Amino acid sequence: MLEIEELTTTYGPVRAVDRVSISVEPGAITAVLGANGAGKSTLLRTISGLVRARSGRIMMSGTDITRMPAELTVRRGLALVPEGGGVITELTVAENLRLGALWRGDRADRARALREVCELFPPLASRLARPASTLSGGERQMLAIGRALMSRPRLLLLDEPSLGLAPMITARIMQVLRDLRASTGLTVLLVEQNARSALSIADTGMVLALGQVVMAAPAGTLLTDETLRHAYLGF
Amino acid sequence: MDQFLNLTLNGVASGAVYSALGLSLVIIYRATRVVNFAQPAFALISAYLAYSINQATGGYWLGFAAALVAGAVLGMLTERLLVRPVRHNELGAIIVTLGLLIVLQAVAGMVWSNEPHSFPYAFDFRGDFSPNSVFVVAAVAVTAIGVLVLFKATPLGLRMRAAAFNADSARMSGVRVGLMLTVGWGLASAVGSLAGMLAVPPFIFPNVLDGVFVYALTAAVIGGLDNPLGTIIGGFLLGVGLSYVSGYLGPELVTLASLAILVIVLAVRPNGLFGRGLARSV
Repeated sequence: MLEIEELTTTYGPVRAVDRVSISVEPGAITAVLGANGAGKSTLLRTISGLVRARSGRIMMSGTDITRMPAELTVRRGLALVPEGGGVITELTVAENLRLGALWRGDRADRARALREVCELFPPLASRLARPASTLSGGERQMLAIGRALMSRPRLLLLDEPSLGLAPMITARIMQVLRDLRASTGLTVLLVEQNARSALSIADTGMVLALGQVVMAAPAGTLLTDETLRHAYLGF
Repeated sequence: MDQFLNLTLNGVASGAVYSALGLSLVIIYRATRVVNFAQPAFALISAYLAYSINQATGGYWLGFAAALVAGAVLGMLTERLLVRPVRHNELGAIIVTLGLLIVLQAVAGMVWSNEPHSFPYAFDFRGDFSPNSVFVVAAVAVTAIGVLVLFKATPLGLRMRAAAFNADSARMSGVRVGLMLTVGWGLASAVGSLAGMLAVPPFIFPNVLDGVFVYALTAAVIGGLDNPLGTIIGGFLLGVGLSYVSGYLGPELVTLASLAILVIVLAVRPNGLFGRGLARSV
């Protein structure tokens, strides 16, 4: 589904992402862990095309998307939920959702996608006409994920979806991701500081430090191997 | 009472023009955070083009249509060629538009001369609230409603608003943000050219729109530079208010009154009477 080879992204002299290689199988949930400033967000922003890669290659389902801008990667089935959600607070909940599917021509299918997202996140269904600025943190995150799902992605990139949310809401969001994978075969690349909740649904975990992959292992191993946990995850 | 009614109706007619030109400023400000000081120059060039077409064909409406198209093209070209290269520098973009204003006015003088030429009204302009005044108000009302509906109720409008409010999020939703900015500049400048066609008669000369532009900018500040509906209302209020000043106090006080209104609004409600504030939460 996603093959990343030797990807490097720089901000001036800083190598935010440094020769990262990742392979994600279709239908897999991969957790990218690491401290603040490890390059996790930059990695996702580069894959989605919001930021230009310096070198390396990103292949998605056999297509080279390395230099493809974000407005085109979304048309290839890639959706990013950025840190903080990227909800447009000046628009209503419904407008945010509709925006996510606007590029797709099929009107009937857009309406169907809206119904599905509303079923997935009932709190959104009752607030469709409200400005997104009136939503709580958890509802905003639901809206952000809902907006991404409106484009019917095959690969979903999530940047710290649990940030600032109550544990119960985080658990609910993780459950939704797991269900989506089961029902639609969605592939997920999940960036988290909250390693425990990310690994609870992930198949594979990898740790990023100073822009480099320092460790990759099955999620189960990461959760149970005390040495690895202490060394890389700090719990 | 009769005088009051006349002043009100005349104020509505001139206010319509301030609304339209103000609206063109707001559309661009919302999309790119730039006050487009070249707007009156786009309208001026468009009106001169209409003038030349009128001279050549003897009709009015072909030139009118050409002016709107020319306005849109000028706006789009300016966004692509001059504003986009300096888009990361707000002050730079404003200076570009100021420079463009001066250059285009000078070019207009060179091509069409600085002497006033007579410029036709669309309809009979004689009498209080003449057919032409009705046309002015109706044209602006239809345009304003059209622009508001476009923003509020169409997919294109949703894309344009998304691109203006949050470019990254818009891109992630597949919106071609650059294209939306170009479309916004084109739309705004077409509206500005409409305002120019309505404001120019009876004479056209390179500085003919300077006064109207000052009032339009005042209308936009009164209504909130971020707020299309507020600016439309602001334009009409300003037109009527200045008409009263002119009728009851004397026409020499109009410019002063406009500046006074601007200063008072900025002091009391810096975001405009209906502004929601320029600071945005992230």
